[in-house]
Amino acid sequence: MDLKEKLLASFMAFEERVDVQATLHDVRTEALKNFENKGFPTKKEEAWKYTSLNAVLKKDFSVFPKEESAVDFKEVKKYFLNDVDTYKVVFVDGVFSSFLSSTTHDGLDVCLMSSALTKPKYKMIIDTYFNQVASKEESLTSLNTAFAYEGAYINIPKSKVADKPIEIIYFSTGNEAALMVQPRNLIIVGENAHVQITERHQSLNENPVLINSVTEIFAHKRAIVDFYKIQNDVQTTTLIDNTYISQKQESIVSVHTFTFGGNITRNNLNFYHEGERIDSTLKGITIIGDKQHVDHYTLVHHAQPNCESHQNYKGIFGDNATGVFNGKIYVEKEAQKTDAFQQNNNILLSDKATINAKPQLEIFADDVKCSHGCTIGQLDENAMFYMQQRGIPRKEAKALLMYAFTSEVTSSIKIPELKNKIARIIATKLGVNMGFDL
Amino acid sequence: MSKYTEEELKKELETKEYEYGFYTDIESETFPVGLNEDIVRAISKKKGEPEWMTEWRLEAFRAWTEMIEPEWANVHYEKPDFQSISYYSAPKKKDKYQSLDEVDPELLETFKKLGISIDEQKKLAGVAVDIVMDSVSVATTFKKTLAEKGIIFCSISEAIQEHPELVRQYIGSVVPQKDNFYAALNSAVFSDGSFCYIPKGVRCPMELSTYFRINQAGTGQFERTLVVADEGSYVSYLEGCTAPSRDENQLHAAVVELIALDNAEIKYSTVQNWFPGNKEGKGGVFNFVTKRGLCEKNAKISWTQVETGSAVTWKYPSCVLKGDNSVGEFYSIAVTNNFQQADTGTKMIHLGNNTRSTIISKGISAGKSQNSYRGLVQVSARAENARNFSQCDSLLMGNNCGAHTFPYIESKNSTAKIEHEATTSKIGEDQVFYCNQRGIPTEKAIALIVNGFSKDVLNKLPMEFAVEAQKLLEISLEGSVG
Repeated sequence: MDLKEKLLASFMAFEERVDVQATLHDVRTEALKNFENKGFPTKKEEAWKYTSLNAVLKKDFSVFPKEESAVDFKEVKKYFLNDVDTYKVVFVDGVFSSFLSSTTHDGLDVCLMSSALTKPKYKMIIDTYFNQVASKEESLTSLNTAFAYEGAYINIPKSKVADKPIEIIYFSTGNEAALMVQPRNLIIVGENAHVQITERHQSLNENPVLINSVTEIFAHKRAIVDFYKIQNDVQTTTLIDNTYISQKQESIVSVHTFTFGGNITRNNLNFYHEGERIDSTLKGITIIGDKQHVDHYTLVHHAQPNCESHQNYKGIFGDNATGVFNGKIYVEKEAQKTDAFQQNNNILLSDKATINAKPQLEIFADDVKCSHGCTIGQLDENAMFYMQQRGIPRKEAKALLMYAFTSEVTSSIKIPELKNKIARIIATKLGVNMGFDL
Repeated sequence: MSKYTEEELKKELETKEYEYGFYTDIESETFPVGLNEDIVRAISKKKGEPEWMTEWRLEAFRAWTEMIEPEWANVHYEKPDFQSISYYSAPKKKDKYQSLDEVDPELLETFKKLGISIDEQKKLAGVAVDIVMDSVSVATTFKKTLAEKGIIFCSISEAIQEHPELVRQYIGSVVPQKDNFYAALNSAVFSDGSFCYIPKGVRCPMELSTYFRINQAGTGQFERTLVVADEGSYVSYLEGCTAPSRDENQLHAAVVELIALDNAEIKYSTVQNWFPGNKEGKGGVFNFVTKRGLCEKNAKISWTQVETGSAVTWKYPSCVLKGDNSVGEFYSIAVTNNFQQADTGTKMIHLGNNTRSTIISKGISAGKSQNSYRGLVQVSARAENARNFSQCDSLLMGNNCGAHTFPYIESKNSTAKIEHEATTSKIGEDQVFYCNQRGIPTEKAIALIVNGFSKDVLNKLPMEFAVEAQKLLEISLEGSVG
C-alpha cells in the first residue's frame, strides 16, 4: 500500500481517535478530498520542478506512532537554548511531552493545538483563525489540515510583550522504523504585541522521518513577530515546512530559516498582506553538503499600498548537494508604493553540487520599487590568497569568508543566545573553531 | 508653452492608430484553408522541392499532429484554429526580375509607404535587401557584390534548389523538427524565408537585411531563416517587420536557425512592429517564434531585438554555447501597450569551457498590457569557468499593466559565475521634475528617460536600425506617463 492510500485509509481511524467538533470534521474532510484529488506533488508541477519526493514516498512510513516514547532531558539538552529562560513546547514523535515542556496560560497562551481544537473555550478562536490563511489548494497543506491535531498553539493578547522567547521543538525518537508526523502550529499575535519564537525539528537517530508541518501566523496591527526556523537534522529526515503568515497593518514579521541538514528540506514560506505599511522580512542561510537537497519556495503577496518586504537568502553548497531557490514577489494593482527587495547569493564548492534559482517578479502596480538580485559564484581566490599570505590556514580562511558571506543574515537575529548558537553550528558545519563568536 | 497634461498624453497615445495599417491589393495565389499531409505535399511540390525535403516536412507534420499547444507562457489568447488557416500564399508568379523597373509598381508603392524605398536602400551604405512579401521573395539586390565574396544570400526555396547540400546539412540542426509545437508546424509548412552562407574567413561587407510582411488576409506566415557562418567569418543580419491592420488574428510562427562555426560571429538584429491589435485589444498578430543559435569554438552570436508590435509575442532567441570560449549575447527591448502581451526572453545553454553570456532585457509596459521576461541560464557540469551576467529592467506606465520576470538559473559547476539582477520601477517623478526645472517639457523628458532606459540595447543595433527603433519606441510610448 503506498503512502497516499495508507493516509486515506487511516483518516477514519484518526477522526475517531481525536474526537472533534463537527465543524472541524467538515474542514478536515474537504482537505482530505483535495489531497485525494491532487496526491503528492510531482516534478511535473512548476512549483516542484526541482524537487522530487518519489524516493522518500517509497518508504513505509507509519502514520501514527505506536507507543509513547520518552526522552531523557540530558540527551536532548543541547538542542535547547540553554543560556536563556524560555517557554518550551516540546513534542516527541508528534506527542506532547509535558516533562520537557514549560507552557503557560498566565497572560498569554503557550500551549497545545490539541487542547485548542477540542476545548469549548477556544472554539471562537479556532473558528476565526484555524485554516484561514493556510492554502486550501496546495495538496500537502491540505493533507496536514486533514490530520491536524497536535502542535503548538500560541496566543499573545493585545499589547502584551512575551516576557521570554518561545521554543517549539519536535523530536523524533526513531523508535518506529519510519515515521510520518504532521505538526500543526497556530500563532496569533494581537495588536501591539511582541513575540520571539524558535522552531526546530530534530531526529534522535537515523531512522527515516517525514515531517509535513504547517504553521499559521496571524500578526495583528502593529504586532512584532520574530520567527526562527532551525533545520539541522540528520540526513534521513525529510522536512516539508509550510508557513503561512497573514499580516495586518503596520505589523512587522520576520522569518529566518537556517538550514544546515536533512535529506530533503522544502520550505514553503508565504506572506500575505492585509493592511498598509507592513514590513516583512525573509532571511535564510543554507549550508549543506553530501546528497542533501534544500528547496526554498517563498511568496510575498503585496496587496496593499506602502508595504515593504526584504528578502535575503544565502546558500553554500558542497559535495553532491542541490539547492533550489524560488522566490516570488507578487504586487497587486492596489499595492502602490511597494518596496520589495529580494536577494539570493549562492556559493558552489563542488562540481557535483547544483543550484537552481528562479527569482520571480509579478508586478501589476506602477509606482513601486521592486528589485531582485541573484548570484552564483565561488569563494574569492584573491581574498583567500591574501589571508593565506598572512598565515591563516586555507581551511580557516575559507571558513572566515563563508562567515562573512552569511553575516548579513546572522546580524539580524534578535536573540543573542540564538545568534551564538547559530554561529557555533556554522563553525561545526565548516569544521573549524574560530575562537570567537559572531 | 501650452500645458500638456498627463491625461492628454494618455489620450493621444490611445488614439494613435497603427501608422502602417494599409493593405496592398496584389493578386495572390492562395491554397485552400486547412492542413493535412496533402497540403504539406502540395506546398513542397509548389516549391519544386526534392524528395528529401518533402519527407522532412512530412516527418515534421506527423510529429506536430501528436503535439499539444504549449500553455505555460504567461499570455492569454484565443487559440488559433489551425484548420482554418491557409498555409500558402504567394504573389502571382512572374519571371524573376532583373531590375526594379520590372517589379510590380503597386508593391514598390507599399515599400515606399513603409519608408524603405528600395532605390534609397540601394544608394544607402551597402544594405542588400531580400524583400519577403507574403512568403515569396520578390526582389533581391546587391547579389552580385555578395556573390563575388562567395556569400550566398537568397530565399530558402532557392537555396534548396541550388545548394541542397548546405541546406540539408544544417536545416533542423539547431531547431529540430520536433523541438516544439510551433517549430514543428513551421517545419512542415514553411513557405519561404532566407538563407545565408558566409564562406570561411569572409567578413560580409554589408549588413544583410530582410523585411518580412504579412499581407494577405487570413494567411499565416511561416518563415524559415537559416544563417550559416563558416569558420572565421562575420555577418550582421537585420530583420524588420511591419504589417497591415487586420481584424482577425494572424498567426506567425517563424523559425530562425543560426550556426556559427569556429571563430565565426553572427549578429542578428530584429525590429518587430506587427499590428498589435487596436486599442480594444481586437485583432493583432500572434507571434510564436523559435530562434536559436549554435556556437562552436570561439564563436559569438549576438541577438538584438526591439519588440513593439504583435498582440501576443512568444519568443526566446537562444544560444547554445557548445564550443569552448564561445560567447552569447542577448539585448532586448520589449514594449507593450493597450492589450498587448509579450512573453519573451532568452536561453543561454553553457556547454563548453570558458563560455560567456550577457543578457540585457528592458521591458516597458503601458496601457493594459502584460510584459514578461522568461529566461534560462544553464551551466552544465562540464562547462568550466562559465560566466553569465543578466539584467532585466522593467518600466511600468500606469497601473493597469503588469511586468513579470521568470528567470531560471541552473548551475551544476562550481567554477561558474552567474549574476542576475532585475528591477521594476516607473519613471521617477523626481527625474521628470529635474528635467522640468531645466526647461525640458514633460513629454520630452519622458522620451529622454525612456531613451536612456533603452540605451544599452539601442546602442547594440546597427545604425540603420537604431534610427527606426527609436522612432518605433516613440510611436509606441510617447506620453504614457506623467
